[in-house]
Amino acid sequence: MIESYIPIFIMIVGAMGFAVVMGKMNEFVGPKRPSEEKLSTYESGMEPVRSARERFSVKFYMVAMLFIVFDIEVVFLYPWAVSYKLLGTPGFITMFVFIAVLLVGYFYVWRKGALEWD
Amino acid sequence: MTIESILFYVLSAGAVGSALFVVSRRNPVVAALWLIFNFFCLAGLYLSLHAQFIAVIQIIVYAGAIMVLFLFVIMLLNLGDERRLVEGVTPRKVVGGILSIAVLVELWYVFLGTPSIQHAALGNRATEIGTVEHIGAQLFTKFLLPFEVTSLLLTAAIVGAIVLAKRKLD
Repeated sequence: MIESYIPIFIMIVGAMGFAVVMGKMNEFVGPKRPSEEKLSTYESGMEPVRSARERFSVKFYMVAMLFIVFDIEVVFLYPWAVSYKLLGTPGFITMFVFIAVLLVGYFYVWRKGALEWD
Repeated sequence: MTIESILFYVLSAGAVGSALFVVSRRNPVVAALWLIFNFFCLAGLYLSLHAQFIAVIQIIVYAGAIMVLFLFVIMLLNLGDERRLVEGVTPRKVVGGILSIAVLVELWYVFLGTPSIQHAALGNRATEIGTVEHIGAQLFTKFLLPFEVTSLLLTAAIVGAIVLAKRKLD
């Protein structure tokens, strides 16, 4: 039972290993001649004045909220897609109704201008 | 020791360890990143319990969407200097500690008194109940009405978010 997950496990280990090896290899193989000027945050840009931690606009939060809601929609699409053949036409209609109701919300968001940045 | 129990111990150790890191880190962003690690360990535990759907949801919704929200809240609050959050032993902490220990003892007591659920009603069906196919087949036939009502709930969430945030923007 658990053995059937071995390919996924190998893929996760392979992906993480690749990322770590590539990052670390750069550290070891790449030439390094640091100087004070090179190590500054923006070598040929503006001098950083304040902390980068600033209060973010609430707009970001609204985008995140909308992302969560539509992410949960995807959660329902996933089992529906897997058992689509089993469900047949009634399954198609149920999902159509579900998406239609959420489309109302989507158009509300759109008309209210919440997708506009300014 | 079977491979299942080895996996269980490794994943549980990872979950408990990362949870301790979440509450002990000074930097809130680092704590949030440890929480992602914790979610992945939990997803692994769900998989070992044959609850594939919950495992996938754990990663899509919690490690994906909820963590984005957490990080945004951290940035919105603009904690900045984390040292301000550190305080000594206050009466509130003492009471909180006592209450936490009381909850732990209670849970322990309940777990000891509960018979093993492994061989209860589910039996061998336990392995197939958590699969995505099974959940899909049940959700879109037997639990159709709750599923459709969920779309109304999500729409209400969208409208609520817009109404609350838009007033601030305009």
